[in-house]
Amino acid sequence: MTTLRVPNGGRVRHDEPVAFTFDGKSYTGLRGDTLASALLANGVHLMGRSFKYHRPRGPVTAGSEEPNALVGTSRGKGRSEPNTRATMQELRHGLVAESQNRSPSLKFDFGAVNDRLHPVFSAGFYYKTFMWPKSFWDRVYEPVIRAAAGLGTAPKEEDPDTYANRYAHVDVLVVGAGPTGIAAALTAAKAGAGVVLVDENAEIGGALLSDPSVAIEGEPAWTWLAGRIGELAALGVTVMTRTTAIGYYHQNMVALAERLTDHLDEIPQGAPRERMWQVRAGQVVLAQGALEKPLVFNGNDRPGIMLAGAAQTYLNRYGVRIGERAAIVTSHDSAWYTAFNLADSGTAIAAIVDTRSHPNAELLGEARRRQIRVLVGHTVVATSGRLRVKSITVAPMTNGRVGKSQTIACDCVAACGGWTPSLHLFSHTKGTLRWDEASAAFFPDRKSEACEIAGAGRGLWGYAPVLADGVAAGTAAASSFGQEARAVAPGVKGDRPGTGANHAVLATSVKPGRVRAFVDFQNDVTAKDIRLAVSEGMKSIEHVKRYTTNGMATDQGKLSNINGLMIAAETLGKAPPEVGLTTFRPPYTPTTFATFAGYHRGTHFEVTRKTPIDGWADEQSAVFEPVGQWRRARYYPKAGEDMDAAVERECRATRQSVGIFDATTLGKIEVAGPDAAEFMNRVYTNPWTKLGVGKARYGVLLGEDGFIRDDGVVGRVSETLFHVTTTTGGAARVLTMMEDYRQTEWPDLKVWLTSTTEQWAVVALNGPNARKVLEPLTEGLDLSNEAFPMMSLADCRVAGFRARLFRLSFTGELGYEVNVPARHGLALWKALMEAGEPYDICPYGTETMHVLRAEKGFIIVGQDTDGTVTPDDAGLGWAVGKKKTDFVGMRSLKRPDLAATGRKQLVGLQPEDGSLLLEEGAQIVADPDKPVPMRMLGHVTSSYRSAALGRSIAMALVADGRQMMGKTVYIPMPDGTHKATITSANAYDPDGERAKM
Amino acid sequence: MLLIRCPYCEETLPELEFVYAGEAHIERPKDPSSLSDDDWRDFLFMRSNVKGPHFERWRHVHGCARFFNAVRDTVTDRFLATYKAGEKRPSLAELEKAE
Repeated sequence: MTTLRVPNGGRVRHDEPVAFTFDGKSYTGLRGDTLASALLANGVHLMGRSFKYHRPRGPVTAGSEEPNALVGTSRGKGRSEPNTRATMQELRHGLVAESQNRSPSLKFDFGAVNDRLHPVFSAGFYYKTFMWPKSFWDRVYEPVIRAAAGLGTAPKEEDPDTYANRYAHVDVLVVGAGPTGIAAALTAAKAGAGVVLVDENAEIGGALLSDPSVAIEGEPAWTWLAGRIGELAALGVTVMTRTTAIGYYHQNMVALAERLTDHLDEIPQGAPRERMWQVRAGQVVLAQGALEKPLVFNGNDRPGIMLAGAAQTYLNRYGVRIGERAAIVTSHDSAWYTAFNLADSGTAIAAIVDTRSHPNAELLGEARRRQIRVLVGHTVVATSGRLRVKSITVAPMTNGRVGKSQTIACDCVAACGGWTPSLHLFSHTKGTLRWDEASAAFFPDRKSEACEIAGAGRGLWGYAPVLADGVAAGTAAASSFGQEARAVAPGVKGDRPGTGANHAVLATSVKPGRVRAFVDFQNDVTAKDIRLAVSEGMKSIEHVKRYTTNGMATDQGKLSNINGLMIAAETLGKAPPEVGLTTFRPPYTPTTFATFAGYHRGTHFEVTRKTPIDGWADEQSAVFEPVGQWRRARYYPKAGEDMDAAVERECRATRQSVGIFDATTLGKIEVAGPDAAEFMNRVYTNPWTKLGVGKARYGVLLGEDGFIRDDGVVGRVSETLFHVTTTTGGAARVLTMMEDYRQTEWPDLKVWLTSTTEQWAVVALNGPNARKVLEPLTEGLDLSNEAFPMMSLADCRVAGFRARLFRLSFTGELGYEVNVPARHGLALWKALMEAGEPYDICPYGTETMHVLRAEKGFIIVGQDTDGTVTPDDAGLGWAVGKKKTDFVGMRSLKRPDLAATGRKQLVGLQPEDGSLLLEEGAQIVADPDKPVPMRMLGHVTSSYRSAALGRSIAMALVADGRQMMGKTVYIPMPDGTHKATITSANAYDPDGERAKM
Repeated sequence: MLLIRCPYCEETLPELEFVYAGEAHIERPKDPSSLSDDDWRDFLFMRSNVKGPHFERWRHVHGCARFFNAVRDTVTDRFLATYKAGEKRPSLAELEKAE
């Protein structure tokens, strides 16, 4: 252990060393350390390289707002995470950490050449540099930019951890367990409210963990804190540590990301790594505190330079001195206490440099008592040191002019530019903010949710005021439940009140071209970049942000937003609120995707709907495809068959003898009631009144805009009951549309709609032998062509089961669809398979179904139509009731554009080369030799190899296609341009004799 | 996640149970054929697209499956009222007073 660790200092366990590695080198820290504090204790400040310039960087903070100290962490296969903040990662045995964005090593990085080239990479360089020559884009710029983009390396293996998701309902949710939050939680709980208190750190206490010298209610801070932890437990307050409130949503819903195992040496069996909580709170108390603001000065980014509050946290909470010789640079009183604490712990203080001419006299006295050199009214003009700061050069400011400079040797710098209330969650609710000129910060203004915002988060400073404010917030929260709180604000001794001055940028005498004053550390945005953006016309802060990338790094501007705004406002000569503040959006800190996904991954990502016959198909090694949420058998390959071979065999067998198909997924809706026929008339294009009982009809459904939405066969079971089938993917949409009209437009109609998709299993038999297979199994129905012709339906028994039998054909062959209660689906299937054995019955899948219907020119809605196709376009004009006075979409069919000539019409395409398969989606042109861009006539919608026709077939939407029968068109594809003839889409048995056998 | 009150179930329930269904109080003409092309176009496509209180339809799709009407402020995403289909639209002045 080096001398940087204060003996028995901090809250770490000095008796419990923890071994870890960083960039392959072994180190030892203590239980209770973060990775950052352990490395600092080992004298390591250099932890990363910046994104753009690859500048060496060390931690600037000790918390979740850290922009620099981002490392890759891992613990075995699949368990690796990029961009872990070293300031938040608790040390665990065997932690493996690697620095990022450097090659070959952190100390020597080729990418640092960017830093020399920094004039090239100024604000907006993306928009200026990679413009020409055009040919460079694909081969040079994009590959180089892609290789350079991104910070850290994403793991390639699947994440083996699990992630949980919970809901909670609470009276009062307190976010932030510093003194304010603790006071609020205790007050509300004592009044009887159910309270949850959350904090992103490993333990509660907030600023008190870094300030042990203050005394509250007569007790040292940490003794008081221990007492309150006991009291919270006794009152039944749920205290959640390592839990970040990442987003504040409508009606007091707050999302919490709880980290459960990353700090543990061993992962308990089955323990989730993280848990997302969705908490609905009666009242929310935001006690998130304030974030320290960096000072923007030339060379402010060298390793060893950090925020004064962070230096104080490392010293007091972790017992780590950040160096042997510290320079303090500040515009706020708070950094003076850091100086005193460091001095008292044996760190030499090179100087306290305060930008203000007249700091607080008490502080000056304390400094004098410790014999600390103080330079007031000074600015920092430069710093030195490549991998670690070596010195700062300071100069007095007189009447706005930089005086004679002097250089002060140091190995670390604690800097403070004041404090900014953390308003992120408050802003998520669209609560409004107001600019406070004195503190150069936005404060919360008008609330939009049932919340209180308290403490440093609304600009208060010092322990006594924030404790009192916490009590007040807790009281207000409890009183909204009619509960009365009787708490008194705790008394504080040795408080650390403070004020400060604000600067956009510290003045320097260094030539402007050589000044590197960083505003956004991670994205390497300098003050000069922001000025450049403004001078190039970016007047809104939103534009400045996107042009410079200020605030777009993983810390989302926690350190840089206000400084960037101040510089932009100063350059524009406007007040900061006129320039505006960029919008805070969830999540507050980076959150793993897996935490959002929770349980919804792998097979739990989405429902897979399976038919009763699915298991049988699986046993036959069917290849499945997803259709909507359904899993459908696509084809049933025999040994050695690929898809083409299997589909060809299935098609041939169906056309020659009989095929069997699982059609269970078809959407089914029962339309019932005295006004069922009238309802059908109003919804579908077809006329229904005269459809006889026991008869079926192909129905077309339009949207009110006149375009085809769905189709399917509709059977009339009785005068008052229609059995409507829909496409597999359209079932829910169709029912929704029908319900909409039924409930809101025609509530007077006596009609009821019921989805029966899941109640029926449907088995389709197709082929010349279909009747022979079905007949012996059918009871109560004469299946002869005369008694039960095409487009009939009847209730009967099939294979002993109550069945609703349709005679219809989606293949062009003699066809039946047998509906039985779903629970009998598999038994029916097996019975039909057995009965079909003499005819070599062949199970076929959706691919064969597609080929067979395409040979007949039957459309698939969504494949051959695309939401801009009318019935006439699709060649379905015959399905539109000519005498009807109204149906959904009818009026639109008369709109000028829908009735005009030149519309794309569905036709068949016969490629000149019958072995050629046209690409679905390929464009069609009249003359491929015309100059590009040439007019496109339409596109190929369906394309298959047809076993029955011995050639490839295709369907296409072509402008005025029906007037172009026999004409030649061209289809340019990647392998060359192909010739095809326009034909009818109904290529197989065009007269439809086979279906009527 | 919003909490939405279903006027039929008379319960306030999570948004997950509901689905948005477009602007409210756009009645389908009784005789569409009698409408001019422009009037029919307006019925089909023209919507108010307001910034502020918006009359709109929701459906309690994973509950009672009823369509109902709501007034929601498109700026704050706050529901000012929900009411049954067919009921008169509430007065905005009164709703804002109640806020």
